[in-house]
Amino acid sequence: MEILVCVRRVPDTSENEIELNSAGNDIERGELVYSINEPDNYAVEEALQIVARVGGNVTVATVGGEDDEEILRREMAMGANHGVMISDEAFSGSDGRGIATILKTFVQKGHYDLILTGVQAEDGGAQVGGMLAALLDYPFASLVNSIEVLEGKKLKVSREIAGGNKEMNEIDLPCVLSIQTGINEPRYVGMRGIRQVASVPIPTFSASDLGLGTSAVGEAAAKVNRVDYFVPALGKGAEILHGTREENIDKVLELVAAKGGLK
Amino acid sequence: MARIFAYIVHKRGVADDSAFELAAAARKIDPAASLTAILTGWGADLDAACNTVGASYPEIWKIANEALAYPNAELVRKALQKVLPSNSIVLVAHEHFGIDLAPGLSIKMDSAFVSDVLDIAGVEGANLKVVRQEFGGQVSAHVRCDISSGAVVTIRPGAFKAVEITPGSSQVIDKSVVDKSNAVGTLAAGRRYLETVAAEAGDVDITKFNVLVSIGRGIQEKDNVAIAQELADALGAAVSCSRPVVDAKWMEKSRQVGSSGKTVKPKVYLACGISGSFQHLAGIKGSPFLIAINKNPKAPIFQVADVGIVDDILEFLPELTNKVREMHTVAAK
Repeated sequence: MEILVCVRRVPDTSENEIELNSAGNDIERGELVYSINEPDNYAVEEALQIVARVGGNVTVATVGGEDDEEILRREMAMGANHGVMISDEAFSGSDGRGIATILKTFVQKGHYDLILTGVQAEDGGAQVGGMLAALLDYPFASLVNSIEVLEGKKLKVSREIAGGNKEMNEIDLPCVLSIQTGINEPRYVGMRGIRQVASVPIPTFSASDLGLGTSAVGEAAAKVNRVDYFVPALGKGAEILHGTREENIDKVLELVAAKGGLK
Repeated sequence: MARIFAYIVHKRGVADDSAFELAAAARKIDPAASLTAILTGWGADLDAACNTVGASYPEIWKIANEALAYPNAELVRKALQKVLPSNSIVLVAHEHFGIDLAPGLSIKMDSAFVSDVLDIAGVEGANLKVVRQEFGGQVSAHVRCDISSGAVVTIRPGAFKAVEITPGSSQVIDKSVVDKSNAVGTLAAGRRYLETVAAEAGDVDITKFNVLVSIGRGIQEKDNVAIAQELADALGAAVSCSRPVVDAKWMEKSRQVGSSGKTVKPKVYLACGISGSFQHLAGIKGSPFLIAINKNPKAPIFQVADVGIVDDILEFLPELTNKVREMHTVAAK
């Protein structure tokens, strides 16, 4: 099975305290730790496990720039056969639809049976997978948390729905699936593994390589734009205890007891 | 102003609570806009569901088709494409069905798409300005969306206060596709619903406890779960957790609190190393006393907690456990 996984490099929320820049129009990016978007990493692991069972190849692709190459190398170190950079100045400022349009033209240049994305990005909206599927007229399923390859160009997939229940579906190939975290246990990647793929060439595709007119992508085509960032005042906020640890512990126990929580 | 439609999710003849929240969002976009609920489905369940939204929608469109008895997003999309006027604004709840339906619908409607909206900041000319959250809720963003050719907007459940408008009378209009050559039922879906598998019960029922010691990514590794378990044992509480703990296979899915896990109603909720995503908070009901311990002072959990402590749970929790045990020893003497 030929599998394409669309990945993105994002600021790692679990490693960063996200703050606004002084102008308030962006987050402070200077000190941020970036990594692959977490659900995308699960998607790559799932692709590798499918290929291990039924054969085939895994290609990881990202729409981005030079800085984003590190995540392609990381996923290649996990075992992805190919990394592809889709990059052009004309792509900057694209909205979700623009990114999906770029990916669509890339998909149409190859022959992929299965296309995976992460369910959503830290700064995204769970949109590109579903849009890409609609642009390609492929079937789509979101929030996928298990995949079984069936006979006859079909998959059996489960979707995560409310309350921890699973919705089982059969879906025809080729299709697009957005992958939920927890579907598998992504393998560890060490520095050594990344060094081993450091010199593997990563082909770059530009707008003209894809035969993509720039009117459909980039800032000018975007119907959706972020205007600014701000820190919301949600609710009254917690009363922060500023005592010593010992004082805070006493206070917590007092509160737990007062709220009817102690035996 | 364009017409606003709300796609209503329903189950066993009753509209989801989000139906009334979508109505509130629609009113905030334009109080004067023509507002229509759309329901798809089949049989008596569909008719009953249509009757449950009359309090918020003056006009209700129903699309009845046997193929839509279970909401398969691909078929629902095809049905909606047939009836929705171009340039419509379509509101959908941002839950598992909306995530399936909405992005593709926006492509087929050739309209803008903005997802997981928390608030409407206003309409300026052809632009709708909305509020979204990014980076796990650590920051919010104003997003501008060009609605001149329509828009599909998904609305975060719980973000808008449900409204009943009591329009006086509401009417149900049958929009079921009757043209056989074009009927939805004859369109084969590339995806077919098989069955729903219920969540496994698990070893401990976290919904039965007055106190939950709930752990998140801050617990850092599987071996550290014991730190929370020891505190829970001392308190007579149970250990629950947020999604990253289950994703990492440190605890069973049955321990997860949140929209894709369990809904709990304890008296006291100790959120330990939990950032506080809205999906997690959606699983905490009954307004428990919420104490948050997190070493990141920017963690969104501090916005909703009653009391917050900025500390490392791996140091704080063992000391708290010792103190509880000391109290038990003193009490026993």
